[in-house]
Amino acid sequence: MGRKLLLEHISVPGIETFEIYRSKGGYNSVEKALTLTPDEVMEEVKKSGLRGRGGAGFPSGMKWSFLDRKSTKPRYLVCNADESEPGTFKDRFLMEKIPHILIEGLISSSYALGANTTYIYIRGEYKWIAKILEKAIAEAKNKGFLGKNILGKGYDLEIYVNIGAGAYICGEETALLESLEGKRGNPRIKPPFPAVSGLYNCPTVVNNVETLAAVVPILNMGGEEYAKIGIGKSTGTKLISACGHINKPGVYEIDLGLPVDEFLNSDEYCGGIRKGHRLKAVIPGGSSVPIVPAELFYKNIKGEARLMSYESLSDGGFASGTMLGSGGFIAMDETTCIVRNLWSFARFYHHESCGQCSPCREGTGWMEKVLHRLEFGHGHMSDLDLLLDIAKKIEGNTICPLGDAAAWPVASAIRHFREEFEFHAKHPDKVKGRLAHMDDYKKELVLS
Amino acid sequence: METVQSDIKFSPEKLQLAEEIMARYPEGRHKSALLPLLHIAQHEFGGWLSVPAMDYVASLLRIQPIEVYEVATFYSMYNLKPVGHCMIEFCQTGPCLLKGVEDVIDYTENKLGIKVGQTTPDGKFTLKAVECLGSCGTAPMAQIGEYYYENLTPEKIDKIVDIFSKAESNPDLKYEI
Repeated sequence: MGRKLLLEHISVPGIETFEIYRSKGGYNSVEKALTLTPDEVMEEVKKSGLRGRGGAGFPSGMKWSFLDRKSTKPRYLVCNADESEPGTFKDRFLMEKIPHILIEGLISSSYALGANTTYIYIRGEYKWIAKILEKAIAEAKNKGFLGKNILGKGYDLEIYVNIGAGAYICGEETALLESLEGKRGNPRIKPPFPAVSGLYNCPTVVNNVETLAAVVPILNMGGEEYAKIGIGKSTGTKLISACGHINKPGVYEIDLGLPVDEFLNSDEYCGGIRKGHRLKAVIPGGSSVPIVPAELFYKNIKGEARLMSYESLSDGGFASGTMLGSGGFIAMDETTCIVRNLWSFARFYHHESCGQCSPCREGTGWMEKVLHRLEFGHGHMSDLDLLLDIAKKIEGNTICPLGDAAAWPVASAIRHFREEFEFHAKHPDKVKGRLAHMDDYKKELVLS
Repeated sequence: METVQSDIKFSPEKLQLAEEIMARYPEGRHKSALLPLLHIAQHEFGGWLSVPAMDYVASLLRIQPIEVYEVATFYSMYNLKPVGHCMIEFCQTGPCLLKGVEDVIDYTENKLGIKVGQTTPDGKFTLKAVECLGSCGTAPMAQIGEYYYENLTPEKIDKIVDIFSKAESNPDLKYEI
């Protein structure tokens, strides 16, 4: 069995209650943190090498160190629980099953940052989880871990849950802050960065749920020990939510650096592709990261086995690699129509574009439209280049990364599965029925 | 399905809840309570946000009605027209697509005789297709009220329709299917 830092007690009955959680060593990290100075807590996080678990992989300790400490304004920590990246359901699992680990991580992190008010922004569809978190907060407060003068150490903290209302864009940190201020989720132009001017124009750090929960084991074991887990700059453990055509979908905690073959095929994790089928392609880090065909998933272009780490998965850049992203792992077998799947993601990004920047607002719609006509038998060969052209013109030309996130899957799908797109353009009569053409397509591949 | 909108006002309990939520934010920043208050309003006033309902929320927060409208029209969870007693929101994004949500939607449409985006004439069911709900490991799935119904099959759809066809059913509760 692999090491478990976040999910160690996940199967203990009643672990969602304060008493049981505490009996398993819960909140020890808060007791420890409050005997240290805030800077010492931050130092442990820096030493751990922890990187943002929401998808960007930015070093968390460094992000914390950017917080404007000279400002006389209040400082805020905001927990990003707006998990909406297709394929990603790890934060939901953690908050639903073991909510106190997030509250525990939030207390120590808020202390390190000097925040006295902390908000958890959770997506509106997770309303029942907001209730679980509010219960956990009330329990922790009742036991003196929140409120005034926590554990008699003179530190005050309140944590509140704020619910969103259905907008993927609010996972982007400045859109999240706008939403938390009661506005449309339109991302802000940076700079200024939230660390200087965030929530209510005050210095703010926004971190993902899993990132903040990881502060608990980091403080318990020490940053240096945590950094020994993993490989290179991918330290510690990571939650991976696995879905698609695998035998055992679910949330798994892995040591970063686990071979991808072991993750996908061993019974401890995904349990392999469903019986009688074989792997066609993988999107390992949520729908925004490039799709890779099976052969480039298992091995990089140099023939080295890939590992579940930030560096190994992105080896080869966008030409032959992908990204660890949020850890939303989507495996697809040979029955998958890449065009239909991409059309579904294009529709997603079009729906979720906030509309502020025209390349994204218009471009995502055009991509959806062109992919729709290819998939439904009205496409042309020229549509392939048209799609690539649109994707290129969105990329890098928008305020926030949603545009890039919409463009990358299109570019990678056409790069790796061009013949499948061409089949759609060449055989409009065969692709009209839902997935009916997959048999014809496979036959043509074998013959050619 | 038109809800009577003449008496738009929170109950004393909901008004107290609204005030508690507003108190979570610093002085002068109570607009932060807008999204949570709109959720309460939608729940209390028949499952959708009418203009009078949005104006009422604006008055509670002492902000302009336009500030409420621009938010209500941005977020997909706010319904700007009446919906049925039971709204089934199918996740239609990639991972659910891989696991056959389109077949489940077809089955439900045929069973209820309506298309996605429509409400049954008796006002019992509304079908909606939404984007990723973060339940990809238990696809295909749908949300009803606050709760997720996962690993859907035609048999499970039959049960859902049976349960919510009954007048006494409550979409605020999670039913075993």
